Amino acid sequence: MNIHEFQAKDLMRQYGVPVPAGSVAHSVEQAEAVAEELGVNRFVVKAQIHAGGRGKGGGVKLAHTVEEVRTVTDEIIGRPLITAQTGPQGQFVRRVLIEQAVDIAREAYFGLVIDRTTQRITIIACDGGGVEIEETARHEPERILREPVDPAVGLLDFQCRKVATHLKISGKQLSPAVKMMKALYRCFRDNDAVLIEVNPLAVTLDGRLLALDAKMQFDDNAIYRRPHISNLRDFDEEDPKEVEAGAHGLNYIALEGNVGCIVNGAGLAMATMDAIALHDGQPANFLDVGGGASPEKVTNAFRIVLLDKNVKAVLVNIFAGINRCDWIAEGIVRAMRELKVTVPVVVRLAGTNVEQGRAVLAQSGLKFLTANNLDDAAAMAVRATSGAAHEHLHK
Amino acid sequence: MSIFINKSSRVVIQGLTGQHGSFHAEESMKIGTQVVAGVTPGKGGAQHLGVPLFDTLYEAVAKTGADVAGIFVPPPFAADAIMEAIDIGIRIIVVVADGIPVQDMVRVKRYSAGRDVVIVGPNTPGLITPNECKVGIMPAHIYKPGKIGVVSRSGTLNYEAVEQMADYKLGQSTCVGIGGDTVTGTDFLTVLRAFKDDPDTEAVVMIGEIGGSQEIEAAAWAKEHLGKPLVCFIAGITAPARRRMGHAGAVIAGPADTASAKMEQIEALGAHVVRNPSKIGEAVHRAVQ
Repeated sequence: MNIHEFQAKDLMRQYGVPVPAGSVAHSVEQAEAVAEELGVNRFVVKAQIHAGGRGKGGGVKLAHTVEEVRTVTDEIIGRPLITAQTGPQGQFVRRVLIEQAVDIAREAYFGLVIDRTTQRITIIACDGGGVEIEETARHEPERILREPVDPAVGLLDFQCRKVATHLKISGKQLSPAVKMMKALYRCFRDNDAVLIEVNPLAVTLDGRLLALDAKMQFDDNAIYRRPHISNLRDFDEEDPKEVEAGAHGLNYIALEGNVGCIVNGAGLAMATMDAIALHDGQPANFLDVGGGASPEKVTNAFRIVLLDKNVKAVLVNIFAGINRCDWIAEGIVRAMRELKVTVPVVVRLAGTNVEQGRAVLAQSGLKFLTANNLDDAAAMAVRATSGAAHEHLHK
Repeated sequence: MSIFINKSSRVVIQGLTGQHGSFHAEESMKIGTQVVAGVTPGKGGAQHLGVPLFDTLYEAVAKTGADVAGIFVPPPFAADAIMEAIDIGIRIIVVVADGIPVQDMVRVKRYSAGRDVVIVGPNTPGLITPNECKVGIMPAHIYKPGKIGVVSRSGTLNYEAVEQMADYKLGQSTCVGIGGDTVTGTDFLTVLRAFKDDPDTEAVVMIGEIGGSQEIEAAAWAKEHLGKPLVCFIAGITAPARRRMGHAGAVIAGPADTASAKMEQIEALGAHVVRNPSKIGEAVHRAVQ
């Protein structure tokens, strides 16, 4: 789960992480009030959307007066912002963060992740702020320091000093840097985060350390024990189809193609998309119905997949282990009747109770394209999107 | 022969009386798995499926000699159950639970460091040595005894590969699901090492996904040490960047995480890379000819 920058900064502030003075505003009037309250002569106005690349997309602007804050807020808020991560339609901006602008002497990148290699919470530090960390890791790996934290003892002072030295932070700033890193670590650990990015972490001209930007992601599997984090979820930032799928226990990700996919298991769901692409088709979505899928769950899966008007055919690919093919088949039949599905439906069933499942489909009297394996299923589904498959339809 | 489990394995199920634990223990008993004990705190002294129940794993092991643990408790309680099994010295632990908080697993990994234990999962279909022993949730009837070792992150792709192998009359020595999470107990490399030492495994199928580099590290080791053909598929050629594709660990964070990049590297390391998920069985057939 992702949260907004202003929410991440609020959370960090509670742990004693220094962040710029500022507050969120939902309207031009609120922005003006925040600016007046701040009472400074330089402001930054930042669009609050989850997607990255806001600066380059024009979502971060400077202002020198309260009047200018009004003007730039009006330019940003209440319209879509297009960045490298939003897609061409952009993401609608509902709020901005107004902060005091600071004079920056130096910038650095500071991150915390769950590192796959060390399998620990690990600091990732890079001198120079605003960097594309993945790019830097590839081209200048020596600029990046990785410091894993032993969960038995937590982040230690000497580790923070090591990281600070790598970031060329020394002298008077060393001790505050240690304090800041330990605060960020506690903020990460105590909230079941999976990512913190402070990019940039700034040293100001007057010698302070500040988290100028803040990004946090949380472990979906741990949200149940972090209700204060779950309250920060912003459904406006998510695809409504994905939100609805989640409410039904389905894992759905919208894509650009026209072959709707209903599959069990994340790996098989990805492989099904890949098989469609190998037949020169394009998947409309990723969808994992999970284990123990009831007929109702399958019906919901159809409904969500068909909300996407690009879908020209649906491919159901089930390899039942913990699932039961007969339940899946009942769900398919129910969906076809209730939703009056008009696009061709290709079904491939295998595994637990497969014969019963095929019988349910055959006895329904409905029209399906049945496939015996993954390759045939993908080929039939792609053909069906062009309407060429109708000659193969059988009762 | 096989790896990790065989017909002599004595299995204890933590969470035996739960819906999943109960159903899958019974299924695994049908292929001959010796389920010798169940642990459900508060139900010690009773019986379930003809098997004695205990309040603690300590008693279960002391009284029944169990040496493999299958963990079917819900995710919030799974880490505790795993550490209980590690503490008592069980060397094969299978964690089926899907949805364990990743920081819980970070602590479990720290707890298990330096100990002689293989933790399979979490979020795994489990382990199966066909017709001998199953600790997990896979449909046992599709698995046949044979000479191919299979290891995958995904459960359903494990089934898919095994079904395709049946067309070529290829059975399996042991099949392992290492799970789709970011922090998993065992990894591809550990499983490949075990397959190397198993004289009855003639070839290994490794089924990976987008995200991370453990498939590449395993393939690099295999090039020097495995001494058997390695067939590899990586799912997610069509996966978009930055999205978690169902599995917590299946996410493209950078260029090296993509399926194409991983398959290219693995191919350069000499493995038989198959790019079509429908042709895994055929690739194994060709590799062992």
